[in-house]
Amino acid sequence: MKSSLFILLLMLSPVAVHAIDAIQFTNPEQQADYEILTSELRCLVCQNQTIADSNAELAADLRRQVHEMLQQGKSRDDIVQFMTDRYGDFVLYKPPFKAKTGLLWLGPVVFLLLGLVAVFFVVRRKNQVSAQDSEQAEKLAKIRRLLDEGEAS
Amino acid sequence: MAVFLAIGLNLNPHEIPSPLLNKPAPVFSAPKLQTTARDGDSVPISSEPTLPPNETLSTADLKGQVWLFNVWASWCVSCREEHPVLNQFAQQKAVTIIGLNYKDDPAAANNWLNTLGNPYNISIMDQDGRIGIDWGVYGVPETFVIDKKGWVRYKHTGPVTVADVQQTLLPLITQLQGE
Repeated sequence: MKSSLFILLLMLSPVAVHAIDAIQFTNPEQQADYEILTSELRCLVCQNQTIADSNAELAADLRRQVHEMLQQGKSRDDIVQFMTDRYGDFVLYKPPFKAKTGLLWLGPVVFLLLGLVAVFFVVRRKNQVSAQDSEQAEKLAKIRRLLDEGEAS
Repeated sequence: MAVFLAIGLNLNPHEIPSPLLNKPAPVFSAPKLQTTARDGDSVPISSEPTLPPNETLSTADLKGQVWLFNVWASWCVSCREEHPVLNQFAQQKAVTIIGLNYKDDPAAANNWLNTLGNPYNISIMDQDGRIGIDWGVYGVPETFVIDKKGWVRYKHTGPVTVADVQQTLLPLITQLQGE
């Protein structure tokens, strides 16, 4: 009983998902901006983590950079610009829509449309085939009937 | 679909194109790494302007010459692999080689140069990684080529090999020195 309770408690314990820094903001808006920015910027060393999640040194440096720029009164756009100027769009988890990233954004829609077109043609062909089949069956039945009639007479 | 998969599998996700290419190099003014290893200093490049003997080096000091900017650190494992290539390249005296000693301990860095040789004319120190951020450094080693105007013309991520030097760096440097 005791051990199952312990296991249950372990399952309920919150998992720490953020790298821990002692970063303080006096202004709650800046705090919010900080949290949004660090969860939108990619850590380039461990590419599938945001800089908020990563414990890599570069991520810590980038968090420090974000913190300092917010303290200096820079806007979120300023900071995103600062990062993309240095690391490119890859640093953003949500890349902007432009010519270079068009395929990335429109690709899924294009594939969906291609799929729909393919489904349309397949279904139409199936219908035509079955229509032909029933036509043939009717003809055969007619022939059989005529033959039967001829034999009877 | 198969074509996309094939392309995707052959891309290297660690090769991130640098937005700095063909733009003015990020400005720095940084303290030089004081080193007792003299090899690098003892190979001045004849036709290039000499660098001022200050305690710091700035990008302005390098205007008018082509230079190689190599990001290194004594804690970096692949730098050890790259180092002999740079030493050999420095012997050719083809170009000024500036090192960015990235997030390193100066004593450890000095020790590294004394033990393995010093291919750098000058190394500057970036202990808190700020110059690294300005240059979009995300993995050490990285190597940049900067032209006479002070523009970034090439970036190489990861250790430079002998083949990279022969096939890419040297032809580019020769071309840029002629510009």
